[in-house]
Amino acid sequence: METFVFYIFSAFMVLSALMVITVNNPVKAAFFLVLSFFASAAIWLLLEAEFLAIILVIVYVGAVMVLFLFVVMMLDINMAQIKKGFVNNLPLAVAVAIAMFVTIFFVVGGESFSESVFTIPDRHGADYSNVAELGKVLYTDYVYSFEIAAVILLVGIIAAISLTLRRRPNTRHQKIEEQVAVKSKDRLQVVKVDAQPRKYEPAKEEQK
Amino acid sequence: MLDLILSIYEIPVINILVKIIVILVPLLLTVAYFTYAERKVIGYMQVRIGPNRVGPRGWLQPIADAMKLMFKEIIFPSDANKVLFTIAPTLAIATALAAWAVVPFGSELVLADINVALLYILAMTSIGVYGIILAGWSSNSKYAIMSTLRTAAQVVSYEIAMGFALVGVVMAARSLNIGDIVEGQSGSIWGWYMWPLLPLFVIYFISGVAETNRAPFDVAEGESEIVAGFHVEYSGILFAIFFLAEYANMILISIMAALMFMGGWLSPFEGVSALGLGDSFLAGSSIIWLLAKTAIFMFLFLWFRATFPRYRYDQIMRLGWKVFIPITIVWIYVVGLMYYLELAPWFIKG
Repeated sequence: METFVFYIFSAFMVLSALMVITVNNPVKAAFFLVLSFFASAAIWLLLEAEFLAIILVIVYVGAVMVLFLFVVMMLDINMAQIKKGFVNNLPLAVAVAIAMFVTIFFVVGGESFSESVFTIPDRHGADYSNVAELGKVLYTDYVYSFEIAAVILLVGIIAAISLTLRRRPNTRHQKIEEQVAVKSKDRLQVVKVDAQPRKYEPAKEEQK
Repeated sequence: MLDLILSIYEIPVINILVKIIVILVPLLLTVAYFTYAERKVIGYMQVRIGPNRVGPRGWLQPIADAMKLMFKEIIFPSDANKVLFTIAPTLAIATALAAWAVVPFGSELVLADINVALLYILAMTSIGVYGIILAGWSSNSKYAIMSTLRTAAQVVSYEIAMGFALVGVVMAARSLNIGDIVEGQSGSIWGWYMWPLLPLFVIYFISGVAETNRAPFDVAEGESEIVAGFHVEYSGILFAIFFLAEYANMILISIMAALMFMGGWLSPFEGVSALGLGDSFLAGSSIIWLLAKTAIFMFLFLWFRATFPRYRYDQIMRLGWKVFIPITIVWIYVVGLMYYLELAPWFIKG
């Protein structure tokens, strides 16, 4: 049963990953990438890594890919322009692809993950909490690396914001603090006017 | 005969299917009558009567609406991507309903009692946005794509505030399991997490309103600006499915607020001997309390819609990023401090 589920999701993942690079439309490609993330999350669930699986869905599917799509939908991509040099560059691309595949194969090929290198991990019972285990390891054994990673991310956020933040003094924008602080007497003035009989004046024709 | 039925029920797949039906049928009925309640409540708030023609006092109105939508023609816009156009509402309803798998209705009444239930619900609501994005993009319509961009930005922004608000709950309960979170709030009404986590509670619910694109955050649909937003091209049953998903999500946000901040199925009078309730059902925990608490939040959704004018888009973004996220981060520190000081009755280390 488990193997069956594994193969179904693996097939989904590989097929959708293939579609990402073969499909014509960039928006569709992004959707296939979402599907492949989702399938890999399902495979992680089979590995009893439920925390990582759901974080993958929340972070990559729920946030990163939404922003990706956001950008891709706004871009006006001319596929003909991109495909122009496809045939000319094909031999080089194939060579690079084969080189990459071979190196990856030697590093993570069947041999290096075989049962002689790693022992098969034990199945845990239903009361096993992957979240608690992960939390304990992260905040005790790896606390420094965890905090360094957090600081690097923070630096990244600040750098990204400071790169995109442009002060444009000439543009008009609302100052929301002032809008919130406004009182009715700042905007509205009640003027007492004595009642007077109104004289009839015919409306003037507008001159052009 | 009874033995036969029981033995069929013992088959795991059948067992789970029956449980799913037992959750979904009342949920969909609630959705149907929630729309009726919405029209009635807003009607009375605006000194109107609301629907009163179909059946006694208009009680059959949601059935009539459903029939009308089912028999309407589905119109596909020209140059629309038909496959994605039909997948979009399916995705919206699938995620909206899938989230209910982990919602507990009592200490034993839960379909899937998983350890990461809270994260699972966050994940499901965050996938839900793809229904809207797909709908907007595949409709080949400018209004729909405008709405899609608005929704994508809004949902991603408010998800962060919502996630941080939940971090406070997780810190207090020391568990991601919703049943454990509810049990952590036992005691009287003072044991509920809404008191130590009051800012997070308020932020959670407001972010929930923004996540479900309801008034006053309904710029995704903004009738006066972009007609009907992402579902402007949808008709018939496909539109009805979007509608269903939106209401199922509203009820989900309400029940989650009740579970995480208001003690779920626990009675507010639990352990209060002064009232002399003894062992009566008012003092005991039951699903009635959970549903009553959920109804409060569902009513708030309707009340908001009748009361507040729609936010301006830049104000929505400002509220999410510059108000909610800083407040939640500060309050997470405060929760840590309360935890350190072992503030009774919420943070006693067990």
